[in-house]
Amino acid sequence: MNNATSPKGIYAIAPERRLGGAAHTALVQRRKAAEKRFRYYGLGALVVSLMFLVLLFASIIAKGWTAFEQTYLRLDVDFATDVLVPDGDRSEQALSSANYPALVKNAIWAAFPDVTSRGEKRQLQDLVSSGASFELRNIVMNDPSVIGTQRSVWVPATAFVDSLIKGQMDRSLPESERKLSDLQISWVDHLLSNGHIEKRFNTMLFTDGDSRDPELAGIGGAIMGSLYTMLVTLLLSFPIGVAAAIYLEEFAPRNRWTDLIEVNINNLAAVPSIVYGLLGLAVFINFLGLPRSSPLVGGLVLTLMTLPVVIIASRAALTSVPPSIREAALGMGASKMQTITHHVLPLAMPGMLTGAIIGMARALGETAPLLMIGMVAFIVDVPKSLTDPATALPVQIYLWASSPERAFVERTSAAILVLLAFMVLMNALAVVLRKRFERRW
Amino acid sequence: MNQKSLVLAMAIAASLGSAAHAQSARDYISIVGSSTVYPFATVVAEQFGKTTSFKTPKIESTGSGGGLKLFCGGVGPEFPDITNASRRIKKSEVDNCAANGVKDIVEVKIGYDGIVIANAKAGTPLKLTREQIYKAVAKVVPVDGKLVANPYKRWSDIDPSLPKDEIIVFGPASNHGTRDAMVELIMDPGCEKQPAIEAIKDAKEKQAACQGMREDGPFVEVADNYTVTMQKLLATPHAVGVLTFSYLDQNADKIQAAVVDGEQATFENIASGKYPVSRPLFFYVKKAHVGVIPGMKEYLAEFVSDKAIGASGYLADRGLIPMPAAELKKVQADVKELKKLEL
Repeated sequence: MNNATSPKGIYAIAPERRLGGAAHTALVQRRKAAEKRFRYYGLGALVVSLMFLVLLFASIIAKGWTAFEQTYLRLDVDFATDVLVPDGDRSEQALSSANYPALVKNAIWAAFPDVTSRGEKRQLQDLVSSGASFELRNIVMNDPSVIGTQRSVWVPATAFVDSLIKGQMDRSLPESERKLSDLQISWVDHLLSNGHIEKRFNTMLFTDGDSRDPELAGIGGAIMGSLYTMLVTLLLSFPIGVAAAIYLEEFAPRNRWTDLIEVNINNLAAVPSIVYGLLGLAVFINFLGLPRSSPLVGGLVLTLMTLPVVIIASRAALTSVPPSIREAALGMGASKMQTITHHVLPLAMPGMLTGAIIGMARALGETAPLLMIGMVAFIVDVPKSLTDPATALPVQIYLWASSPERAFVERTSAAILVLLAFMVLMNALAVVLRKRFERRW
Repeated sequence: MNQKSLVLAMAIAASLGSAAHAQSARDYISIVGSSTVYPFATVVAEQFGKTTSFKTPKIESTGSGGGLKLFCGGVGPEFPDITNASRRIKKSEVDNCAANGVKDIVEVKIGYDGIVIANAKAGTPLKLTREQIYKAVAKVVPVDGKLVANPYKRWSDIDPSLPKDEIIVFGPASNHGTRDAMVELIMDPGCEKQPAIEAIKDAKEKQAACQGMREDGPFVEVADNYTVTMQKLLATPHAVGVLTFSYLDQNADKIQAAVVDGEQATFENIASGKYPVSRPLFFYVKKAHVGVIPGMKEYLAEFVSDKAIGASGYLADRGLIPMPAAELKKVQADVKELKKLEL
């Protein structure tokens, strides 16, 4: 121990390994390099995930943006009295069932007077969408005084003309592989050159229900269906979830039972959504006899799915309120209920709302449970109540994606864009709520 | 506290449910069933909704089997009125229906559907026989008079005249009605004449040998819709897919159909019965609901009218192969008197 010749303390370390020595400098440099690499791995991961996201968005937008425009034809329609009111009956019912398709045919034939053969006339009328006659009916129903006059009306063209104008149909293909004949293409070009064809903003996409004619199909019905469904989900899952969280967090004793419940809630949050669909089918439709395919049942099923998420988020929000707040309120003589409703809840609310919105956003994008309860269906009428048959936005996307008609491809992507917009809105709202109202201690 | 909330949710549901029960008489037609018939039935439903004062029927795409199960659930507004099917109803399903009180069923044939073997335009046009298709996708095949696990990797291994491409066939999974049709119309006829198969005495074993699909890669089951098959065909030019005619019809610029047993898969050939792989499509109507649910009679009349399923009807434009005029006349007459199904 007391050997004076052996080096002690720092002198026991070889000079190159001391602070500032060659070996130490090399070690420090290696560590710095490792740290740099570590940072680049993280950055690389971020870039890769962003690239995937950009790729996804780019492909959807590239495919979908054209669907926001629709090709319209200008027809000089003769609202002929002898076609519309052949027997002079101008009652609302007679007008609503008048022969509007004949008006459309006459108008398009009149635009090409030199087309006379029956087959060619048929080809000619195939340029105009079947929606044109409904457009004319609306005009007449709104203002019966147009009967007997002439008027220019813009009506939707068929999806085939639409894709030709948008450049999605290859003109160089042989005639048999195209959906428009050479003759029809020459007519379209003629109409285009004299300004009787133009692209307009596609309002039908947002207002109308589903249709098997792509040019008339819209997501209006699906949006309403999703809205009703989400309304039911919000109205049920938020109050129930918050109440359950308050009980668990503020009142329930900590024992084996509450532990068990907690484990189960966490489990339920991870259960595949199709299971909730099966449960919904068995309980709400088969046992309670609620109407199939209705937003009511859809909302109830999605409530079951969102509840665990809301409960977990609400409990986390409640635990983040410091106990000192509760103790101060109780100390001032407030009852337990007053403490919770006056002090704890307002402080926890932003966190609870964020959780609820994220749960709702997840529910909005759900299709699997809706399959079991009959919401994956072809529904033309826009739902007007909670018990009307309805579908939801993601379901509409699925149904269009499986349609054989090519023009549904762009409409599918457009519907995805709308769904994504709703998602971004909801998630942004959650972020704003958190940023603006969250308090930190 | 999920149990508690569930009870609460159910209590609320029950109170809403009583309101829903009050409106029990449904005012629209509810249709379920085959995804192959769906594109046709929806067109009729939309036409019906727009040209009459009735509401547009609701159509769910559940698959033929799933549809019949729902349909046979019972009589009453909570059960569907009509189910579409890409195959005929089975005896067991009729029995199940009867057990639940659905005794009178009306069968309506709407036309034919061709099953096409297609590949991308970029691939080699194929000329196949049903025997060759069977040999490409079956689990066991006869080689030199013995049944062995399918050894074929390339089309040229089956027949030197076929291209040297690797065998990849995207076919319908067993949840599709099209799979039943594929087995019945391609696999069974393809394997029948093989001496090694004929040597099997036991009917069950024979069936297993004919209908078993290989699981070593070349046959890929697609459980989703035909759009998925289409996408896969376009991505792999040497792959072959099993599709229905309406997809070929709408996408004639991207895919081409193989010639099967010397016949091209064209509208005319399928309609005349020359093309060997085609099957009838049906829908089934619950007679007890006719006259109870508004618009049933009118919907049936619209569906079987000449302007819908006739030779130049609007469903022909969508790829449905119309039936011969005499057969259509009989269907129309049967629908008019709501003739009961007899198996």
